Amino acid sequence: MKKILNGLAAFGLVMAGTFGAALAAEEGHNAAEPTHFPILHPAQEKWTFAGPFGTYDRAQLQRGLKVYKEVCSACHSMNLVAFRTLQDLGYSEAQVKAFAAEYEVQDGPNAEGEMFTRKATPNDHFPSPFANDAAAAAANNGAVPPDMSLLAKARSVERGFPTFIFDIFTQYAEGGPDYIHALLNGYDQQPPAGMEIAEGTHYNPYFINGKSLAMAKPISDGQVTYDDGAPQTVDQYSRDVAAFLMWAAEPHLEIRKQTGFRVMVFMLLFAGLIYLTKRKVWANVAH
Amino acid sequence: MSGGHSTYSPKTGLGRWMDARMPLPRLVHDSFVSYPVPRNLNYAYTFGGILSLMLAAQILTGIVLAMHYANDTSLAFQSVEKIMRDVNSGWLLRYLHSNGASMFFIAVYVHIMRGLYYGSYKAPRELLWILGCIIYLLMMATGFMGYVLPWGQMSFWGATVITGFFTAIPVVGDWIQQLLLGGFSVDNPTLNRFFALHYLLPFMIAGVVVLHVWALHVVGQTNPTGIEVKSKTDVVAFTPYATIKDAFGMIVFGLVFAYFVFYIPNYLGHPDNYIQANSLKTPAHIVPEWYYLPFYAILRAITFNIGPIDSKLGGVLAMFGSIAVLFFVPWLDTSKVRSAAYRPWYKLFFWLFVVNAIFLGWLGSRPAEGTYVALAQMSTLYYFAFFLIIMPVLGLIETPRRLPNSITEAVLEKNKGGAPVHPTGATASPETKG
Ligand code: HEC
Ligand code: HEM
Repeated sequence: MKKILNGLAAFGLVMAGTFGAALAAEEGHNAAEPTHFPILHPAQEKWTFAGPFGTYDRAQLQRGLKVYKEVCSACHSMNLVAFRTLQDLGYSEAQVKAFAAEYEVQDGPNAEGEMFTRKATPNDHFPSPFANDAAAAAANNGAVPPDMSLLAKARSVERGFPTFIFDIFTQYAEGGPDYIHALLNGYDQQPPAGMEIAEGTHYNPYFINGKSLAMAKPISDGQVTYDDGAPQTVDQYSRDVAAFLMWAAEPHLEIRKQTGFRVMVFMLLFAGLIYLTKRKVWANVAH
Repeated sequence: MSGGHSTYSPKTGLGRWMDARMPLPRLVHDSFVSYPVPRNLNYAYTFGGILSLMLAAQILTGIVLAMHYANDTSLAFQSVEKIMRDVNSGWLLRYLHSNGASMFFIAVYVHIMRGLYYGSYKAPRELLWILGCIIYLLMMATGFMGYVLPWGQMSFWGATVITGFFTAIPVVGDWIQQLLLGGFSVDNPTLNRFFALHYLLPFMIAGVVVLHVWALHVVGQTNPTGIEVKSKTDVVAFTPYATIKDAFGMIVFGLVFAYFVFYIPNYLGHPDNYIQANSLKTPAHIVPEWYYLPFYAILRAITFNIGPIDSKLGGVLAMFGSIAVLFFVPWLDTSKVRSAAYRPWYKLFFWLFVVNAIFLGWLGSRPAEGTYVALAQMSTLYYFAFFLIIMPVLGLIETPRRLPNSITEAVLEKNKGGAPVHPTGATASPETKG
């Protein structure tokens, strides 16, 4: 037995050594020509919707919607989200109706066979700012601004070993919002000396796919007016819009976590009862 | 079933009527009530039951998902999102199904490792083991095709890469790939046939599971000592003993499953699959689902040509070989002793194998460059050496520890002064019946 343990320990050491070497190899890149992205990892922010009892902050979602509507929606579509679902953010039916009516959507054909535009109703989805991807790319230096419906679940920077194991126990699932927040705050940094930035792109060390992206800094301090007294800074805007995008991507998050709690409590109790029954059944049988 | 005759005696008129015409209740009674199981089974033995439960869960959630799913490249992604957003409890169904697939694989890996540890594949259980390997292969095919259905970026590019393996096969490779794809690249025909097969294969799995359980009930279960059942004191009745233990295993496993579904449902998935498939945009790293990662690492470890075999074909052969070798395990292990509990050296190499397999999985998620390639080659070497060198050689040279004479003796030794050996419950022992 001792031999086995020694063997295992030795193997563990060898493994740890090679692991370290592998990680070091990945780190060893030069600053002007990085080969692994993002260059900087996003910081882990605090979110009200994190953890087993997380819920969305309605006021924050409303502010995030405002940022999306006034800034991001100029380029980014959000075509999986229906206006009616905005009631989740704490708006009344009438407010949602009025909100939808500010948008125009195409409909038809009518009785004459013509397509026409009309005011959106709560059942419509957010319309796209561009007629199609080609138009979107043409207006944005060749890059299509991604649809925002699922963006908060479609981006997450790898956490690396061993953090990804701890994430199971801390229930870390906010990689998307952390990324969006970091990206929007990552524009004011200067690229390291000697780094070449392709024309029409903008350096951002948090961008997941390269050293620069086609989106210029989309939002600046004071650009959107908040009426609830929240600070009008890029930091706050990006928190709010990231939270809003998390809601857009996972609208049933709250009910999911609430149901989860009930299920876990029930199953724990049930497991306890089954365990006691099992003890009783096996009590007189050596095994 | 093994040995003894049936102990079923129907108590009602209807029961007797049925028994004379189609003795299905008798079959169930003999298989899941009076069926004798070794008394010393531990919780590693509950994973067979857990696997059956997971198969049923996948089929149930899958069929309801299929009622809402649109099998067309222009609709598939949106239809899955409609399930997530608008279908009542659709998010739950979909998260149950996608995490259920992962749990299914966790369970099957524990189950296979249990088999390797306790030597469950040894005579007379070779066929039982091979049927298990076939189930595992079918599961891999099912999971792969299911992952294509939501039509995200990883669905598309995973399918492109994996079907591409087949082109490495000389002469018929291109033809096989085109047959799988229904064309020259992943497109609507691919999605259509994958959906049809993804619907079909789980039922084929269910069929093979029936054969697997049948074979099991002919030869009986192994147990942690690896000694065959010799007397009636070695066994207890399936119900209530194994039933209640399996139930406890299932509910604890269910807790882990629920934890993933409700709290970290996307932990085991890839974020890129929330981006709709785009044939013009290749993701930075194409990685399969976690449960294929060890094999993916083996595939990419072969970076050199071996004689007439180029590295691409070599990688594909190594990958398929790493699964094929499982089928030969009953004949590769030369040891007379079944259980690793009495084989100190085998035990060490077994645990190294487990660590190595997990390490291979991690390597599979890394880009194939630099040190990772060398590490993957070392790990691949150990993977094959375990089966092809260690198993046959160790069986010949290892001195096993002293074996107890019977299961009962082993249990007695463990429980000196503990509970009595003979089950006393009226329902319990098969020897008090029939
Ligand atoms: C002037 C048009 C424009 C506006 C306004 C705009 N974006 Fe973008 N955005 C783009 C383009 C173009 C891209 C694609 C960049 C690329 O792939 O190089 C992009 C990409 C992104 C990405 C994805 C980066 C990645 O990882 O691929 C995020 C996140 C993002 N934008 C957030 C926002 C937010 C939040 C707002 C509102 C505050 C916003 N954008 C406003 C044009 C815009
Ligand atoms: C052996 C059992 C099964 C396994 C391992 C399995 C596995 C999978 C996987 C991995 C996915 C992708 C999940 C995702 O990322 O969204 C999937 C999707 C799907 N499966 Fe299955 N499945 C099984 C049985 C079935 C059955 C019996 C059906 C019934 C028709 C079914 C129907 C579907 C449908 C419609 C989807 C697409 C919806 C979605 O992506 O969530 N599955 N399956």
